[in-house]
This record gives sequence, C-alpha cells and structure tokens, in this order.
Amino acid sequence: MSNDRTLVYVSLYAALIAALGLFPLFHIPFLGGVPITAQTLGVMLAGVMLGPMRGAFAVVLFLFLVAIGAPLLAGGRGGLGVFAGPSAGFLIGWPVGAFVAGALMRGMRRRSVIVSAAISAAIGGIGVVYLFGIPGLVVLADLSFGQAALGSLVYIPGDLIKVALTAVIAESVARGLPGALVSRA
Amino acid sequence: MISAYIPGESWFHRISAGPKLLGLCALTVLLFPVDKPGIAALAFSVALVLFSAVGWEGYRRLMALRPVVYLLVFLLIFHALTGTFVSGLVTVFRLFTMILLATLVTFTTRMEDMLDALNPVLTPLNFIGISSRRIALAIALVIRFTPVLIGLAEELGAAYRARTGKRAGPRLTAPFAVLALRTADHVSEALAARGGADGFEDTAEFDGGLPKK
Repeated sequence: MSNDRTLVYVSLYAALIAALGLFPLFHIPFLGGVPITAQTLGVMLAGVMLGPMRGAFAVVLFLFLVAIGAPLLAGGRGGLGVFAGPSAGFLIGWPVGAFVAGALMRGMRRRSVIVSAAISAAIGGIGVVYLFGIPGLVVLADLSFGQAALGSLVYIPGDLIKVALTAVIAESVARGLPGALVSRA
Repeated sequence: MISAYIPGESWFHRISAGPKLLGLCALTVLLFPVDKPGIAALAFSVALVLFSAVGWEGYRRLMALRPVVYLLVFLLIFHALTGTFVSGLVTVFRLFTMILLATLVTFTTRMEDMLDALNPVLTPLNFIGISSRRIALAIALVIRFTPVLIGLAEELGAAYRARTGKRAGPRLTAPFAVLALRTADHVSEALAARGGADGFEDTAEFDGGLPKK
C-alpha cells in the first residue's frame, strides 16, 4: 500500500472514531463517567481493517486531536482534561487494543474473515481495552480491583454488539472492496 | 474547526503553550502522592480561582463535565459506605483539580499553538518516516473527513427512508462502509495526482505555471 493511501486511510479511521462519537443514535451516556459510546466500534474497526501499526496510528491520531483540544469524544468532550479523568485508562488502552486486534487479524489470515474479525475485535477491543481501563479506574478513582471490574461489566453487552458489527463490516468489505481490508491485503 | 479554545486576553492566555503543558505535567506528578484532605482541598480551590482567567464562559462550559461530576459523587458515596470517606474525599478533590487545570490549559491555548509546542516532541517521528508535514496533513484530513462521513450516513439513511418509508437501522452499515472506503480511495488518488503528501514543497514554490527544469 502506498504511503499516501496509508495516510488517507489512517485519517479516515480516525475521523470514523470521531464521527461515531457525534452520532446521536449511538450516544447514550450511562451513569456518567465512562459513557457508552460507539467510538470503540471505530477502534475495533481500525485494528481489524488496517492491521496493527496503521490501526494503532489511526487511534493515536484521533486521541492526539482530542488532546490538543478538539471536542471529539462522545458528548463533545475534548482537551487534556479527559486524560486526567477516571476513564483515562480506557483511552490509553484504545491504541493498544487496535494494535492487538490488527495483529490477530493478520495472524489468522487463513481463517474466514468474519470469524477472525470477531475474535480479533473481542480480544483487542474488549480484552485489551479493559486490561488498561480497569487498572486505570483502580489507580485514578481509588477503587479496588473487584469494584472496578464489576462496574465495567455494564458496558460488556454494548461491546459485544460492536464486535458483531465489526465482524459483519469486515466480511462485507472483504467481499465488496477486498483491497480495503488492508490487514489482509 | 470546532475547538474547545475560548478566545481571550487574560494573563493565563498569554503564557505560551510550552510552559503551560510542562507546568501541567509537573503539577500532576506533584499532586498524585497527596493524601491529606486539607492539601487536596487547597489545590482544588486554587484551581477554581485560576479558572477565573477564562471568565464566565469558562465556568459555563464546565457544565460539559457533568457526567464526570456524577461519577465522582458516586465514587465518594461508595468510599463513604465502605468506610474510607477521607481517602475518597482526597481522590475526588485530586481528580477535580487535575481535570480543572487540564481543561484550563485547553480553554486558553489555541490548537495551532498546542501543535507548535508539541513540535519538538513530534520531531523524532521523522526518523520512522512520519514528517511533521504528514501529521499536519493527517489532522486536516481527519477534520475534513468527520463531517463528510456524517453526511454520507445521513444521505444513505434519507435515501432509504424515501424508498421504503422505514428507518434504516443497522442494515445500511455495509453500504456505508464501502462508500466511505471508496471516498478514501478517491482522496488518495487525488492526493497522488497532486504529487502526494510530500509533493507540497514543489507546489509552494510553484512559479507562474512553468514546469521546473
């Protein structure tokens, strides 16, 4: 893939994460703090579709824009404040999650797209993200590990829907526009 | 571009972005080991007073932090119930202080200035082939792509409603994905046709339309 196409694709997925945060349809703030957002769908897609490095770059680019003051996180939040909040661990987990999802997708290149996309999105987009998010809650919100893990369970059903969507999207792109499934190309 | 920046002339606006960012980092490190409620409360009051630099607009915009406030109140109740009220109080004050200060820096610093201040941090990326020009172009693309993607989704949804009279729901996900990726391909072709991301140097020195020797 050419350098320019990489640049455009990375930007496209960063913009997708931003757009998913602005969709009123998906934006259901829950109990405050860590809102249920569709944005992790963008994180899963970036990893699964772009592969490890490019996927992680897309997420880093998005977070960089947020950090310098673009209010692109769900609910119009942005700026350095979000990285000081209790859910900062989840945000830090996003690029790592995208990386792991991309690496798994690449590693399972012999398996069917829909199955490997679902597995990659679940491990990278749920497993890895919570691996960072829950310790983040423990450190920043001074909760015990069990409490933080229990509180995070609320978001699992939504995350499973996102995994399913990621798998379906990856499969339809693999059929309709195979060159765009960069992680396999 | 929509930005959290609040224009103003206050003394805090005048401090340049670099020192503000460094100060924020230093304060975060200093504040973290605090475990006395008095000190944490003092830090919080100082942050609130500093916040007056952005005036009423700043306090009004703090309403966007409401969800965080709910969570912190919940956290405090939780600590109170488990008998660790004091440590909960310290945590809540500390988090509030850090969020306030970080938000203050964001409110009083232009995005361009923030980027300039971060330039020395970004320069090492040159070694792995990511020039600051590429970063700038990527940021511009994200800012442009975001409304384009929302527009694409709305257009698809409207067309579906016109055809069927029903709401589309998730069934438009696949056409949306393909459409968005096609758009990206067109953009990268257009970029390549103009000499690519690194081709802008020549364009800037373009003189009178004559090809360079």
